[in-house]
Amino acid sequence: MENIIEIKNLHFSYPAEEDDTPVEVLKGIDLEIRKGEFVAVLGHNGSGKSTLAKHINGILLPTSGTVTVGGISTADEEKIFDLRCRAGMVFQNPDNQIVSSVVEEDVAFALENLGVPYEEMRRRVDDALKDVNMYEYRHHSPAQLSGGQKQRIAIAGIIAMKPECIILDEPTAMLDPQGRKEVMSVIRRMNREHGITIVLITHYMDEAAQCDRVVVMDKGNVILDNTPREVFSHVEQVKAIGLDVPQVTELAWELKKAGYDMPQDIITEDECAEAVKRLFERE
Amino acid sequence: MLKDITIGQYFPGSSLIHRLDPRFKIIILFIYILMLFAGDSFICLGVGAVFTVFAILLSRIPMKMFLKSLKPLLPVLLLTALMNLFFVTSGDVIFKWKFIKITSEAVSISIFMFVRITLLIMGSSLLTYTTSPITLTDAIERLLSPLKKLKMPVHELAMMMSIALRFIPTLFEETEKIMSAQKARGAEIDSGSLTARAKNMVSILVPLFISSFRRADELATAMECRCYRGGEGRTRLRQLKSAPRDYIALTITLMFYICNLIVGKL
Repeated sequence: MENIIEIKNLHFSYPAEEDDTPVEVLKGIDLEIRKGEFVAVLGHNGSGKSTLAKHINGILLPTSGTVTVGGISTADEEKIFDLRCRAGMVFQNPDNQIVSSVVEEDVAFALENLGVPYEEMRRRVDDALKDVNMYEYRHHSPAQLSGGQKQRIAIAGIIAMKPECIILDEPTAMLDPQGRKEVMSVIRRMNREHGITIVLITHYMDEAAQCDRVVVMDKGNVILDNTPREVFSHVEQVKAIGLDVPQVTELAWELKKAGYDMPQDIITEDECAEAVKRLFERE
Repeated sequence: MLKDITIGQYFPGSSLIHRLDPRFKIIILFIYILMLFAGDSFICLGVGAVFTVFAILLSRIPMKMFLKSLKPLLPVLLLTALMNLFFVTSGDVIFKWKFIKITSEAVSISIFMFVRITLLIMGSSLLTYTTSPITLTDAIERLLSPLKKLKMPVHELAMMMSIALRFIPTLFEETEKIMSAQKARGAEIDSGSLTARAKNMVSILVPLFISSFRRADELATAMECRCYRGGEGRTRLRQLKSAPRDYIALTITLMFYICNLIVGKL
């Protein structure tokens, strides 16, 4: 599969304030993301994961190094809108990314900006709303919706642009468990059914466990990059940078430490239940 | 407590008045205001009153809502009436006590002004009662769009207004949260002297301002991510289409206006 996002030796520092040395947030990141992949980016606060996300659609530009999406460099000012249509971005707080007081008009916002003709806009807005299961709420005001519903509206607003990839910056951090579940299922479906590449920045380990690939960042560097199964088997290393592993992985790890024979690559509840069952049978 | 505040006082509905094109509604309101201020006789006002009652009945919004809309402006109404009553000196004196003189003309003028302003307020309320604020903003943007040629930032103003409308409920919610948080820390917001309460407002306004700036920053980034680049070349999902009924409504209004002019000349 060809790469959609290519990040080469990316360095980034926020401009220095008076008599301050600039703080280097990203210290030479190399990352390639293939078309259709579902990638989670994990990292502690201040690890640079949000900064990295903002580089993918050109909100921030590299201090040095390059970022390209579908062959377009983010530094290419003439193609910036083309780039932003290919790489859509969803943020943490649903309230602060909804522009209009009517749901369907908010979903249409990007299309209005792009000058899409009315008939096509109508169709794409309706499709996007159906994709996130919010079609019946199209005439509502966002103020009447729950956090999870608002976040789905924000996602619909991005889907309507027909992007090749969507970057989500902790989209579930402010939601209740129900809202998280709804949003995650929408994201997964976008990836499976529409083949949209997903870059999910999160600090929920169970969400990362559902992805194809997990990238772990610490202090501006990528320190682990592999399948969730592989990454979470490095329990000690992951814990050392202040992150957790999924609860079931931790349980298996604790059991192993206590001297029981448990496999170390458990990431789902079913696998864990199965392994514990086998353990009981043997005892 | 803050939840009760509604801006624009829109009553959703599907009456004929609700369904009129908002651009036409604004133009009709404009003609209506001209009509009220064109004639000087009570018959002219009568024509305006008939028009108002006719429109209110069509909107299917209860009359008492319109009377309610007068309430906050009642002091202004009464003041205008009283000023006219005491300071108009022409005509026959019908009442005299010390230095106060009231003439018959003063009575008729003050009643006239009272009715005129009442009708003005009721007519304008009809527009905001039957048109959602966002539709109204949209209609204003389109009506003013010729001014773009004169380099007036029409789109930007409309965008600012619609974002403000969008964030009113959000900011109310936030204000309530901050108030509860400050109360939990012992701030006295609902009690104490006026100055003490004003001082305590600072503890609500400062966090509210800071969070608004943060919201503005995030919203700007989100808008950029969705390719926002000003009003140029934008298309709209909300289509304002004028139907035959809009032209009929406009014609009826113009007929009332002409009728008013003729009656005024008699």
